[in-house]
Amino acid sequence: MAARAIWNGTLRAGNLTLPVQVFSAAKDKGVQFHLLHAKDKTQVQQRMVHPETGEPVPKERIRRGVEVDPGVFVFVEPEEVEALAPPASRDLRIERFVPAGTVPAAAIDRPYWLGPHGEAEHARYFALADALDKGTREGIASWVMRKRQYRGVLRAEDGYLVLSTLRLGATLIRTEDLEAPGGESVDARERTMAKQLVAALEGPFDPSAFKDTYRARVEELVEAKARGRRTTVRKFKPKKPAGQDLSRLLQASLKHAAKKQKAG
Amino acid sequence: MPPRSKRQVDDQEAAQILEAARPRSFWSGTITFGLVSVPVDLYPAAREERSSLRTLDEEGTPLRRQYWCPKEERPLDADEIVRGVEVSDGKWVTVTDAELEGLEPEKTRDISLQRFVPRQDLPPAYFETGYVLTPGGRSTKAYKLLAAAMEESGRAGIATFVLREREHVVAILAEHGILRAETLRFPDEVRSPREVGLPARPKTIPPTTAKAAEKAVATGKGTALPKDLLEDPREAAMQQLVQKKLRQKKDVARTEEAGPEMSEPVDLLSVIRERMGAPGGTKTRVRRRT
Repeated sequence: MAARAIWNGTLRAGNLTLPVQVFSAAKDKGVQFHLLHAKDKTQVQQRMVHPETGEPVPKERIRRGVEVDPGVFVFVEPEEVEALAPPASRDLRIERFVPAGTVPAAAIDRPYWLGPHGEAEHARYFALADALDKGTREGIASWVMRKRQYRGVLRAEDGYLVLSTLRLGATLIRTEDLEAPGGESVDARERTMAKQLVAALEGPFDPSAFKDTYRARVEELVEAKARGRRTTVRKFKPKKPAGQDLSRLLQASLKHAAKKQKAG
Repeated sequence: MPPRSKRQVDDQEAAQILEAARPRSFWSGTITFGLVSVPVDLYPAAREERSSLRTLDEEGTPLRRQYWCPKEERPLDADEIVRGVEVSDGKWVTVTDAELEGLEPEKTRDISLQRFVPRQDLPPAYFETGYVLTPGGRSTKAYKLLAAAMEESGRAGIATFVLREREHVVAILAEHGILRAETLRFPDEVRSPREVGLPARPKTIPPTTAKAAEKAVATGKGTALPKDLLEDPREAAMQQLVQKKLRQKKDVARTEEAGPEMSEPVDLLSVIRERMGAPGGTKTRVRRRT
């Protein structure tokens, strides 16, 4: 079943224009909990109350503002907030292409698939995906959606275009701003063994091997309780770490990995 | 990002408050790699700043959020509230914290690297949240060894681990001698192009079309990112507006008290830098001399 596009627009990169549709590539799963008043299962609401009196403030008396100094607020009217919105546009502008990996991983928020809008666009869509699929360049995108300015990075994956939104205004920690830990340097022999161990444990990335067992258990619990069944509660057990001689442990690990490989 | 569940939102809020109060890692534990243990601390690689817009009354007093029963028209205490799931229209199943705790995965402090994959095989659509790892123990040797082995072989380690009561799939990556982690979405949380309904690739693409696309991608050899790429234009515009109104002395309210939760922001970068340089620093400080 085809998903619904969340946005339609025109990708513009230099002379290239390409009508596209945007689809969510991630979906959040999980049991949706609500807060209830225990007594009669009334859904709990949130009210804005005065910090001292605890009295709820009615909607028409609620205002918004920015604190400019401790205790000093500047009121901002809803119309003023509205006026800050960027002008509406249907353009997905690719501002520039940069070497792949230039956008820091920490800045990446959510992925979206781009699809060609209309059969006539297929060739141009896949040509652009091919050009990016070489993995050497990525596009810096900018667009306006739901009255907000978005920025993103355009890449290719599995022969299709992926647009990932960027976190704006966040504090980011990039590894290039950090210094690697100091201390004792790594022994050459240990380094070789560690690389051998990495190689011995190598395999393809197989996401289907992973299941969210916690989510499944919560769903089971809710279902069981809906049918009026009782449930049991399990205890957890912690594990403790051990001291180590790196060379000896690496050797033993390599032996173990080799045995496992032989066995199948 | 839309919240997954109320429970998770509460946990995130709690974690944020905790983090603001004291610069500390989210998680401490051990990466195991064969029989080698690498003690690490986990820090978020991105921290989203809150909007500066506050909710006030007409006098400019910052208001507080309060749980409220609309039926009885009164505030509710935490112990009067339970979590519930709507199983059918108007029918609720309540779940206690103790029950949820019983469902939590075993609280191990291990990230056991079972498999290493070529880095480029990790599909970005799976990446969820990024973390930076700092050495946790007193020795940095094992940390540096794992980072060097993965970086030199271009591999990333895959494992599952437990963070905030939930099991996550995590990729451990090495960059510039530093370990970082990305939690990965579960496969049913990712839509494939086929699921979305994207068309199949046409058999042939006209060479002129392919050339035009390649040319578009190759032009603008700029290697740098736009300076303001990661700035929030809305927040910047808001600050401008507010400064202008302040100069005009328009709509300014003075209250007795400062707004709530205006604690000094923690400088995450300097905390992580310090931890990179001096692993186990706080632990050595408290050690008693005999």
